[in-house]
Parts: sequence; structure tokens; C-alpha cells
Amino acid sequence: MSIRVIEEKCNGCRLCVRACPFGEISVEEKLAVIGDGCTLCGACVPACKFGAIEIEVERAKKIDLSQYSGVWIVAEQRRGKLQSVTFELLGVGKELAGRRASELSAILMGHRMAAAAGELIAGGADSVYLIDSPEFEHYQDEPYSRVLSRLINKWKPEIVLAGATAIGRSLIPRVAVMVRTGLTADCTGLSIGDDGHLLQTRPAFGGNIMATILTPRHRPQMATVRHKVMKAAPPDPARQGNVINVEVKESDRFTRAKVVDLVEEKEKTVNIAEADLIVSGGRGLQAPENFALLEELALALGGAIGASRAAVDAGWIPYSHQVGQTGKTVQPKLYIACGISGAIQHLVGMQTSDVIVAINKDPYAPIFQVATYGIVGDLFEVIPLLVNKLRRR
Amino acid sequence: MQIIVCIKQVPDTTNIKINPETNTLIREGVECIVNPFDMYAIEEAIRLKERCGGKITALTMGPPQAESALREALSLGVDEAVLISNRAFAGSDTWATSFTLASAIRKIGHYDIILCGKQAIDGDTAQVGPGVAAHLNIPQITFVKKIEEVTDRSIRAERMMEEGFQILESPLPVLLTVVKEINEPRLPSLRGKMKARKADIPVWGPEDIDVGGDQIGLNGSPTYVAKIFAPERKGSGKIFRGDAEEAVDQLIHELRSGKLI
Repeated sequence: MSIRVIEEKCNGCRLCVRACPFGEISVEEKLAVIGDGCTLCGACVPACKFGAIEIEVERAKKIDLSQYSGVWIVAEQRRGKLQSVTFELLGVGKELAGRRASELSAILMGHRMAAAAGELIAGGADSVYLIDSPEFEHYQDEPYSRVLSRLINKWKPEIVLAGATAIGRSLIPRVAVMVRTGLTADCTGLSIGDDGHLLQTRPAFGGNIMATILTPRHRPQMATVRHKVMKAAPPDPARQGNVINVEVKESDRFTRAKVVDLVEEKEKTVNIAEADLIVSGGRGLQAPENFALLEELALALGGAIGASRAAVDAGWIPYSHQVGQTGKTVQPKLYIACGISGAIQHLVGMQTSDVIVAINKDPYAPIFQVATYGIVGDLFEVIPLLVNKLRRR
Repeated sequence: MQIIVCIKQVPDTTNIKINPETNTLIREGVECIVNPFDMYAIEEAIRLKERCGGKITALTMGPPQAESALREALSLGVDEAVLISNRAFAGSDTWATSFTLASAIRKIGHYDIILCGKQAIDGDTAQVGPGVAAHLNIPQITFVKKIEEVTDRSIRAERMMEEGFQILESPLPVLLTVVKEINEPRLPSLRGKMKARKADIPVWGPEDIDVGGDQIGLNGSPTYVAKIFAPERKGSGKIFRGDAEEAVDQLIHELRSGKLI
């Protein structure tokens, strides 16, 4: 640990105090003092105009970064069907591979997946590493992480990306530990810096700050990528690519935790994390039966139903509809917040939606600060009007 | 049943407000709390102990003041607590954090179930739980919404997925990360609070858990935060007031011209 304030250079100007996202710097007698809660995030270093703060890192044994090349994406299949996040990964992976003048490969684990390998090539992959075996039909942490780690150690890709889904966020942290490299969760931006490193940008602190993270001394650079942020390339069925069949060893199949059943939950509305249009309700709805109003609006617009934590905690609607910090993060094209005041925990789950409409009777509700359009009014008057007019078109 | 709960102290984002002019966090008076997801892990640990007997140890890595998070866990019914704290651990990313926690768990020795919240609300990575499992080379079940069955040798649990859930069976030891749906955390009892106040909480440094050098803290962290900045906020949208019918017409007009509906 080594952050220090160079006393001769510090004049107590407080620029660093403002820059510190953790509130750990104070100025005492015209000298910056760094608190015990410092996470060494480094935000203060460039903020200081006098070069008075420095962080020293004892560089670990350097690995030879030049041995590593190529961009890999981990394809995600469920019940044999490739998930849409996979094509988004191919889209961003292709761009990154182009910037690095290298190839894009997809890792596909499953059973009877040859056709899916073709889809990956059409979606932009130059090569597909195919692990095709009955034991790999459904995602299981141990066999998947073991095989992926082995392939990484053997082929040494420079970048490995996976979806920030339940599967991706279980698999990839295990693999990053096994291959001893850095991992950035839930990225919303990926690009290549001037020095060739992967710049991984993600929301942190509940979406209140954005952080750009580097893995400067380890390879591969690994990241999970938030669904519905990156753009998939249009499929090109004429594209050619290699399919590399990976031999599955007996030891690869071993697993302690076993999947014994898969239960799909049929809900009357679509999965909100996937929806392009969400109508969401909060405490302002006042009673569970008033969610019927939202259902009418959702039906008129062809959208899904979301809810704030207040509505879920009151028992008005199941947890699977909850948007926000302890619920789901959504990013629809249109998000309509009805009777939701907009506590920060809710905003972090929806503020990256393309267009936000807020309907609330309190003109000072924080939801209006993130709204593209807002109506200050009584939702019991506004929503029925909206439904009627939409139906009449 | 030997249960270990890994927890983290985080700033309470409930009280965090954004300064609309500067787009920065107003942090004055923000308290530290136990990460909300970890409260579900603590509660589940207590329920497991009530079912199976045994002992619960809470573990956290953090600055000295993180001790108060451990006292809160003790007040709820955790039996013992250990604070991993030393400046050498500062700057840890998820690799170094999970390595350090795993090393401390090895020192504790015997364990059957390790519980973690699915993620912490400050970093939101969800990486430390699976990382600890990988370092210890034990199976994991992430995003657990229900423990269906537990014996002294195995566990059966439901893992929440996007479109439903998986039911998994695993032998012990196992690491679980839990979601909000799993339970409703209890409040501390008066007796629990008294006990927590008096409890002795050992503080472990690098030498206590036999770690150091390029595996802990900033030096042991493969990732590095290059830049922190405020997100772009949409804000200053069109707000319609007054007559509801007129407002609705204007909204529909805007949404139609934007081809949103």
C-alpha cells in the first residue's frame, strides 16, 4: 500500500477532496490527508494540479504480454439456443479485434451445437472452438470453467468477453481466478486505448459514477458485458470460418454441483430485462389492484410491467418485476415510470433507458431529473386518458 | 454445521443524493451499512444453524471501522467474527479480495457452507463469491433464492436465472451467493446487541493468514482503475404540466414523432 501526499507540493487546494469518490480525503492545516478507507482507486492523482499525490505499485513479475493475441467471446446457449447477448458480444468483439488487427473467436459449449457454430461465424466469428458433449448440454460451473481455463492457458487470447448474465457472472469470475488475471464486471463500454490495452468502462457505486478499468500487467483482459448495450452485427450467412473441435477429456466432465432440474417460470408478461418497453409502477399506485391500470397501458403499448422496490415490498407485485439496485437492471427503448418518486436505488436500475417518461403528481420528484418527458399530474387521471387515446389511434 | 458468512461494509446509497449542478455525490452524513445482500446471507446462515446446529463465523475485509459491520452480524445471531484489516490489503480488486478471504477461510479451517450476498451495492461486481470458491477449489451455487434441503453432507438449492431457476445439488463444502428473494432478515434482539457489544473481534493481518507480496492489496490486483467520472445524465427533459388531457396529447405526439410507439 503506498499512496502518499508530497508535502512540499501540496498547498491544500482541496481539488483532491472533490475528486475522491469515497470521501476519504480531508485537508488539515493546508495539507491533504488520506483516510484509512482509501481504496487506492487513483481518482485523486490526476485531479491534483501540483502532482502532489502519488501511488506506487510494486510491479509484480511481468508476464510477456506479446504472447497473447486474439479476441474471444464466450457464447451463451440455453436449451441449445444461442442467446441474443452472444451476438452483441460478437459485434463488439469484431470491433476490438479490428483495432488490434487480430482474429475474433467464439467459445461454444453445449451438445449438438454444430448449427449454432455456423450462426456464430455468420455473426462475425473467424473461428469457433466447439466443445460438444452431452455433459455440456446445460451450463454447469465446474466443467465449463475448467475447459475454458484450459483453452485460455493453451491458446492465450488477449481479450475474453462474456455476457453479464446469471451464467456469465457465475462462470467468468471462477475462470479469472483460475487463470490469474483481471476481470471487470458488467461493462457498458469497451474500447482499445492508445497503448493497446482494453479500456473497460462500467457503472459503479450504484450507477452514480463511471469507472474505466485496465488490466495492465495480466492477460487475458477479461470482462463481462451488459446485455442490450453493444450492437450485434447483421448476420452474413456467406461468411466463412473455422470450427475447431475441442476434445473433451474424462476429467473435464467431473462436477460436484449438479443441475438436477430446470424450471421455467411462465409469467403473464415478458422478462423485463429483455423488454424494449416497460411500464413501471411505484408507491403512487396506492394499492395492488391498481396495477391493473398499468397492465392496460402495457397491453396498449405492447410492453412489460416493472415496479419499484416500494411496490414489491408492499407485496403488490412479485419480486421478478422489481427494477433497481436490489432488483433488475433494465434498458428498454421506452421506460414509463408511473407514481415512482425516483429514489437513487430505482434510478440506477433504469436510468440508461433510451427514453424515460415520468408520470408523477409531485413536480419535485427526483424521477423528473432523469425523465426525457414528464407529466406532472394524477396518474389515476393521466393513465386512463393515455390508454384511451392510444387505443383510439 | 460450520458456516462462514462473508460480508462487506458499504456506504448507504439510500442517503446518497446527487448534486444536480456538479453531478457529483453528496456524501456528507452518509453512513456505512452492512451490504444489503449480505444481510440475506447472514439471515440464511442463522436459519441454517437453527435447522442443523453448528457455528457461524462472519468474516470481512476492510478498514478498522468495518468492525461495526461484524458487530451488527453478531447482534443478529452470528457466533464469532473476524476482521481482516491492514493497510497492505488496501486497493484490492476482486481477485485479491477473494484470495485474501479464501486464505482467511483456510485459516479458520473447517467449513461446510460459505455464504455471501450476490454482490455488494458499491462495486456491483458479483465476482468475489465465485472467486473465493475458485481459490478454495470448492463448488459454488450462485444467485440462490431458496435452499430446499440440507444434510450434513449435501445441499439442494435453487439458482435464480433470467427465465426461471435451476435446481442444483452439491456436496459440502460449498459456497452459495444469495439473492433478496431468499428470506426476510430479522432485527437484532436486545440480548444480541448486548452480546455483540462485548464480543472480542480478532483482527488478522497478512502474516496471520500467511499471505503477502504480489497477491494482496493493490500489488496483487490485476485490474486498475484508470479513470472515474460522472455519468451523463439525461435531465432537463420536457415536462408537461397543467391540463391532463393536453399533457397526454403532447406526450403521445412526442412519442409518436420519436417512433417510440
